[in-house]
Amino acid sequence: MRPLPAVAALLLLAGTAGAAGPSMDRPLTDRPGDPARGRAVVRDLSKATCLICHAMPIPEEPDHGDLGPPLAGVGARLGSGEIRQRIVDPTTANPATVMPAYFRTEGLDRVGAAFRGRTIYTAQEVEDVVAYLATLTGE
Amino acid sequence: MRAALLLLAGLALVAPPVPAQIDGPRSGADFLTPDTRTLQDDDFLNPGLFAVEEGRALWNRVEGAAGQACASCHAEADMRGVAARHPVFDPATGGLVDLAGRVNAMRREHMGAPELPRESQAMLALTAFLGFQSRGMPMAVEIDGPARPFFEAGREDWFRRRGQLNLSCAQCHDDLAGRRLRGDTISQGQVNGMPFYRLMWRTMASRHRMFEWCETSLRAEPRAAGSAEYLALELYVAWRGRGLPVETPAVRR
Repeated sequence: MRPLPAVAALLLLAGTAGAAGPSMDRPLTDRPGDPARGRAVVRDLSKATCLICHAMPIPEEPDHGDLGPPLAGVGARLGSGEIRQRIVDPTTANPATVMPAYFRTEGLDRVGAAFRGRTIYTAQEVEDVVAYLATLTGE
Repeated sequence: MRAALLLLAGLALVAPPVPAQIDGPRSGADFLTPDTRTLQDDDFLNPGLFAVEEGRALWNRVEGAAGQACASCHAEADMRGVAARHPVFDPATGGLVDLAGRVNAMRREHMGAPELPRESQAMLALTAFLGFQSRGMPMAVEIDGPARPFFEAGREDWFRRRGQLNLSCAQCHDDLAGRRLRGDTISQGQVNGMPFYRLMWRTMASRHRMFEWCETSLRAEPRAAGSAEYLALELYVAWRGRGLPVETPAVRR
């Protein structure tokens, strides 16, 4: 699936924004996300790993970052749609966030040639990571 | 006892605590692990001193058609403060010039010697040698007068988001200095120790190479070393670190 243009993403959001923040309830792929694959994706150094900025309940990895909130319990705090929206484009929840949009290609400046027109995650990777993060319901 | 010793040994490897909110400029040296800090502070251990010595030899070496060395015209002592003032506006070109650009202009115009590539060992050695002459002096670039538009361009660039990761310099180095990016502590991105010896690369590195590296890490298309954009950014960053002591040659991760 192609990344959503920002306007379409906002329209999609308009009807679904809940109290906890914007939510993208429709999955990006037909194939359901796989939590085990998602756990592997978030550890993958070549994919701008979540661990750079977030502490996660992945004890075998050293040196978790502390820029973003810890992700233990994120599955209890946010619904899958809200998690998906924050991965696809977190600026919809917080325009000033330092977190990159993992599934957006528009509105970016001077993107390196090797990355131009490409998203950080594929649609399936987004779904796998959403499925994994949704399992993190314990603190 | 043994456990306590092991614990102490472990603690020594952990970076010193740096407050998340930092007032005023802080050298990258304040964000180092203690062992890297020791490496920088001991001139007998600091690998950047080899570059300084190599630079001193080049400074005294006759090169080019005019049969001149740098030392033929300049006393080493007269170089004190030069690195702390660069980059500066250069009336001859109508743009900014940094230390490397200055060295090449002198080679071209006065020595009849070929220009040195910016990231060549010889250029890094010469600029390390020049930086070393200002060691301990406060960074003090001129931003008023003809330098002003370049300064403003550099400041704009500092705050502009870029790359697939869509981050500005300011978002990390102003707002998040002291926080942890995986195993690393984010510094303020100060340039007062450059060129410095970078452990990760096992070589000396210039200010512009660090700009390139940072932009590449953001998955942005980097500018070229020596470009007008990087000279402007360098002027802003040097001004932002005004008052910090020149530490060349620093040692960094």
